[in-house]
Amino acid sequence: MAEITAGVKSKSKSTLGHKIGRFALHNSVTILFLIICLIGIKLSGLPLFFIVNELLTRVTRNTFLVLALLIPVMAGMGLNFSIVVGAMAGQIALIAVTYWGIGGQWGLFLSFALAAPVAVLFGKLTGMLLNKTKGQEMIASMFVGFFANGIYQLIFLFLVGTFIPMTSKRMLLSSGMGLRNTVDLSTNESGTAGIKYALDSIWKVPFFYVVIVATVVAIAWFAYKLLNSDRWHKEAGARKKDIRNIVVVSLVAVFSMLAMFAPNLLPKQLAGFGRLKLSFFTALAVASLAIFNQIIVKTKLGQDFRTVGQDKHIAKVAGLQVNKIRELAITLSTVFAAWGQIIFLQNMGMLSTYGSHVQIATFAIAALLIGGASVSKATIGQAFLGVILFHTLFIVSPAAGKNLFGDAQLGEFFRTFVAYGVIGVALGLHAWKVMIVASQNE
Amino acid sequence: MAETMRIYTRKIGIPRLIISVFFVMLWIVAFAVDLPILTLVSDLLRRFGMNGILVLAMVPAIHSGIGLNFGLPLGIICGVLGALISIQFGMVGFVGLFVAIAVAIPLAMIVGWLYGLMLNKIKGSEMLVSTYVGFSFVFLMSIGWIVLPFNHPEMRWPIGQGLRVTIALESTFGYVLNNLGMIRLGKLVIPTGLLLFFAAVALLLGIFLKSKHGIAMKASGDNPKFATASGLNVDGYRVLGTVLSTVLAAVGMIAYAQSYGYVQLYQAPLMMAFPAAAAILIGGATAKKAKISHVIIGIILFQGLLTIALPVASTIFDKGNISEVLRMIVQNGIILYALTKVGGGE
Repeated sequence: MAEITAGVKSKSKSTLGHKIGRFALHNSVTILFLIICLIGIKLSGLPLFFIVNELLTRVTRNTFLVLALLIPVMAGMGLNFSIVVGAMAGQIALIAVTYWGIGGQWGLFLSFALAAPVAVLFGKLTGMLLNKTKGQEMIASMFVGFFANGIYQLIFLFLVGTFIPMTSKRMLLSSGMGLRNTVDLSTNESGTAGIKYALDSIWKVPFFYVVIVATVVAIAWFAYKLLNSDRWHKEAGARKKDIRNIVVVSLVAVFSMLAMFAPNLLPKQLAGFGRLKLSFFTALAVASLAIFNQIIVKTKLGQDFRTVGQDKHIAKVAGLQVNKIRELAITLSTVFAAWGQIIFLQNMGMLSTYGSHVQIATFAIAALLIGGASVSKATIGQAFLGVILFHTLFIVSPAAGKNLFGDAQLGEFFRTFVAYGVIGVALGLHAWKVMIVASQNE
Repeated sequence: MAETMRIYTRKIGIPRLIISVFFVMLWIVAFAVDLPILTLVSDLLRRFGMNGILVLAMVPAIHSGIGLNFGLPLGIICGVLGALISIQFGMVGFVGLFVAIAVAIPLAMIVGWLYGLMLNKIKGSEMLVSTYVGFSFVFLMSIGWIVLPFNHPEMRWPIGQGLRVTIALESTFGYVLNNLGMIRLGKLVIPTGLLLFFAAVALLLGIFLKSKHGIAMKASGDNPKFATASGLNVDGYRVLGTVLSTVLAAVGMIAYAQSYGYVQLYQAPLMMAFPAAAAILIGGATAKKAKISHVIIGIILFQGLLTIALPVASTIFDKGNISEVLRMIVQNGIILYALTKVGGGE
């Protein structure tokens, strides 16, 4: 909202309606979702602190997986439904580490290290396949996930304990063949502590301390930009943008300080916010991937991704190895997905052997699209916004369904309907645009 | 000789070859370890009739140019609605079956028409978008199964809200087609009525495809630009193909339910498009070309494989449903293979 009001003030009034209209059109999915979330929060009757606390946990554990989607979008391969395969690599590593009885931080880092080569192999194979299905990458990557799930089940239901030697009363089914439906990550095979919370529990800090530090850094950065305006500002209006940013960030800083040091001054519902805790290293991992995604755009490799993404033929003429670059994009995404799944599961503390990976692509993609991304363009900001909105709906919808219709299940059906519906609508709109552009070019 | 072999392999495709060899091998093993072959054949015949029309639904979709119809759940849910309305009004036996079909067809025509109009706006991404449209419709209707005012005691939970997850058809129109003129030769059971029903629908479809409109539909699916130039209404024929496919899915679902003995609600229709798509692909179809013979060969191979896999595998692994895992691998493997032939990596 801040963006429009600021923009409008600088321009003549006649464009106001036009601008708002265009803004609403371009962000229709996000705006619609924001409204659904607000209604859901109201209907659920849940305390605000509960929602925000739950949301903070979910954002830290899920955003890594959503960020794993960005590179293939840049490389023009659309939304990578085959991050499911990456998640499988992560789970394979977790199962191995739990079986060997290596817990805590060592177990966690070992599973990161172990998952990487497996994910590279899976990603490479997926990339090769997607090179054979150009133009149909998204649906093909979806079936890659389904197909790989069949192989995964074959291995963990039938081959483990028979052809793959493994003996464990705790993890195997009573027949000695196949893994149980759930693997408890809080304890290991040997009975020692598992990798549950191995990353989360390293350092927990009050959330708003982190926000205060972040805002101070941000204010300093914008102030530095303002003072050196000749170096940074080539275009008019950029200076205004900086001033506006400083104001917004300062407001956040003031709120954080109030929450931490003077909760009595805040409205009753917000007073407890100082108690919010952030898992520092999990958040750091998410932030690192976000920064990595930001930096890679500036590198030669990032430029190659974008060139291939914009036009495969021009990229080929320019001497780029299109297929290799596409394989690399998918491989990176797969490796990140594997790590993302490990981060997700160390927080959950429980691996559902045959279920944890199945829905992650749908939910990650739905979240990204809700944030306003499209098949051809996705940013880090959209990823964060999307995760926040999508998971707000996830938190409030069972309670809202119960209050509205007396049935929590209804809310659950509704949120799944919305997840699939958003993907369908977003992909449909994109396909429609592509078709219109194609018919105009003819 | 080697050259002819290579040409044949390329024509049939490696995955189909593997599946066929696997199929033959499993049946030989079944003979060798003395499994009750006649019971298995009976099972295969029943499954053939049960799934047949759902697979037939792929044919008009492929002909009209929308590709594999992954939006099949839309039609399937129309069939479920038809069945529920028939039960609600207390219809039993053949009357129940025909009322279910008679209600389902107009519903499916409306849904198919809207769905066809949508597909005309997203040419080139039909399979992807229709998958998610189908998925979301399944969950929308899951809400429907809770709030819709059905109140027949056979359908509702005795306590609590909404309809049951599975609704038994024992007392209404379950097995009426299967039992019609059923032939028992020792252990071999032939569900004559079910097979005849499939044959009748296949024949009707075949006649339509050979008619003037059927040929025009195929022409506009094969080469839309050429068809437009020759004055055919390509978009209209795409809608026609979609409507036909949706109607067949609805009828197919009712035939499936009466043979299974239950109507399944909620998430049951979610994944039902994929086995149907896999069957026709295994039979030799592609996302652009399909014949009724592909349907027949495909179901025999695919369902035959699933029928035989479980008893054969249980001689090796004593527990677990390996048939389900095999279905996932074969089904999604063949769909992936078909997708590599759609775009064809330049």
